[in-house]
Amino acid sequence: MIELVGLTKRYGDKLAVDRLTFTVRPGMVTGFLGPNGAGKSTTMRMMLDLDNPTAGDVRIDGKHYRQLRDPLKHIGALLDAKAMHGGRSAYNHLLCLAQSNGIPTSRVSEVLDTVGLSSVAKKRSKGFSLGMGQRLGIAGALLGDPEILMFDEPVNGLDPEGIHWIRHLMKNLAGQGRTVFVSSHLMSEMALTADHLVVIGQGKLMADTSMAEFIAQNSRSYVRVRTPDHERMREALASAGHTAVVAPDGALEVDGADAAQLGELAARHQVVLHELSPQRASLEEAFMQLTAESVEYHAHAGPAGAHPLAAGAPYGGAAPGAAPGAVPPGAVPPGGGGYPPQAQPPQAYPPQGPPPGQPGGPGQQGQAGQPGQAGQPGQQGGWGADWQRKKGS
Amino acid sequence: MAVATQVLRSEWTKIRSVQSTGWTLALALVVTVALSMLLSALSKKEYGDMSPREKLEFDPTLISFAGIGLGQLALIVFGVLVVSNEYSTGMIRTSLAAVPQRMTFLASKITVATLLAFLAGLVISFASFYAGQAMLGEHKASIGDSGVLRAMIGSALYMTLITMFAMGVTAMLRSPMVSLGILMPFFFLISNILGNVPATEKVGRYLPDQAGSRIMQVVRTDDDAPYGPWGGLAIMAAWVAVALIGGALALKKRDA
Repeated sequence: MIELVGLTKRYGDKLAVDRLTFTVRPGMVTGFLGPNGAGKSTTMRMMLDLDNPTAGDVRIDGKHYRQLRDPLKHIGALLDAKAMHGGRSAYNHLLCLAQSNGIPTSRVSEVLDTVGLSSVAKKRSKGFSLGMGQRLGIAGALLGDPEILMFDEPVNGLDPEGIHWIRHLMKNLAGQGRTVFVSSHLMSEMALTADHLVVIGQGKLMADTSMAEFIAQNSRSYVRVRTPDHERMREALASAGHTAVVAPDGALEVDGADAAQLGELAARHQVVLHELSPQRASLEEAFMQLTAESVEYHAHAGPAGAHPLAAGAPYGGAAPGAAPGAVPPGAVPPGGGGYPPQAQPPQAYPPQGPPPGQPGGPGQQGQAGQPGQAGQPGQQGGWGADWQRKKGS
Repeated sequence: MAVATQVLRSEWTKIRSVQSTGWTLALALVVTVALSMLLSALSKKEYGDMSPREKLEFDPTLISFAGIGLGQLALIVFGVLVVSNEYSTGMIRTSLAAVPQRMTFLASKITVATLLAFLAGLVISFASFYAGQAMLGEHKASIGDSGVLRAMIGSALYMTLITMFAMGVTAMLRSPMVSLGILMPFFFLISNILGNVPATEKVGRYLPDQAGSRIMQVVRTDDDAPYGPWGGLAIMAAWVAVALIGGALALKKRDA
């Protein structure tokens, strides 16, 4: 178990990590998601006591990292694939790590075997591909047979077979009751491996939720309706108890409705339709939406339903088995009379919150004093408002 | 201290498993011995043309260590690489995750490299002395002469301290290029210039290499420094202590 309390890291006047509070629990894979530069690696380095936090605290099974005797036996970490001396052989790299923590030498050959590097054990790691470097790094993490494992972007540089292997490995490790904490900037990757999700953007905690819940909340399905008779369609929708939001291109988006029903509704009211298409937002889109805002400080507090969510098709995230009843995200049904999904970048919206480039706009003030309560009252603006709105509905 | 012995073993594995260890130490040996032989041979030829006073101050032991002035640069490279390897490769994060007790980590690394440097220093010192004396012919000194054994052990200690100084400086600066860029010209040029220009001579003799090399001298000269052989070595050791403390503080405080 890893506990973070108010963990903060400041470089000059830039807050890289902003009051992170969350707990990584044993027996499951916890995904640590955020775009590049969100503070994932900095957070992980602070967990290992490599970087000193500006404020806050990290405990590994209740202890500070520095208090651990033979830390590799408690927590194994892959930080970056090339954090090793290229002139040293794979075997000797692992041997010096094993010796420093009193791990029997026989473990070195064992873990080399586990990651499939036995045949190049005596080769210098300089000549390794990125994928082989990742495997050697993972071997180092497994060396002390630790209860906690931490991987920073482990699938980077791995071939499809390697990616499959690492997913399997992480699930296996979690299945053995270990704590597995893995970072990624790819939602689709997390959807396949993680049971729990911690999302950060701009160093702030944006979500701390189970994967199943995240999928349920974010794989929003709605029907897109385009009509020249806007007002009558809205009235018709209102009379049938549907609420519609207006997309930037003027189309109506109706949450939680059935396309057939809406077509019949339009027919009853004799409204001409130019488009009637069921849409589904992919998790990747939801994630990009959420982090794009955090990266660009782009707050649009208006009717937040107007997301360009329809562009989810290229991200082929399959539904993990962990989410019963969840429809595969990213599977946009073909429809809409040949209309390409109208993907518009968030920048196209008229900003209604603080303009870009003003960090810490009014929407972010409410967080003070209750760090880490993403999605809870107190976090307003941007994605937080969206999250709340969805929770409330 | 079980942890300390574990880390010492680990650091020994690290140092013996990279090629730079072998070639820097071998280079130090070859360069020192070759240059000492050359200078000893030249001195023998010139002995006949020397003034009586020069003959009186002729120090065959010191001449046979003349190659150390150049060979020490290879030892400096050794010291710099032992520490900077960790930073330039990113290994430091793996190392400190394995050994979060940073002072134990640094002390173990320096201990292992220092012992190795001392062993190499002894080999270089003895090889350089005997090779040099062989060149000097009838003017040679013998290990039994007063002060000669002290000079031989002393030059091994001098080489050890130079290596430690390089490690301390590198622990502060981290980068191999910056460290070498400062240490190399300092010991190869600046120290010599400061020591030979009359205006700065008095300051120059307190520089680590100038003070430390006093221990290689057997025959006393007129312009004696205000310290003896061991006093000079102590001055050098003080420089080393400052560099190591600086390196330790840098490692303790900074993010890896």
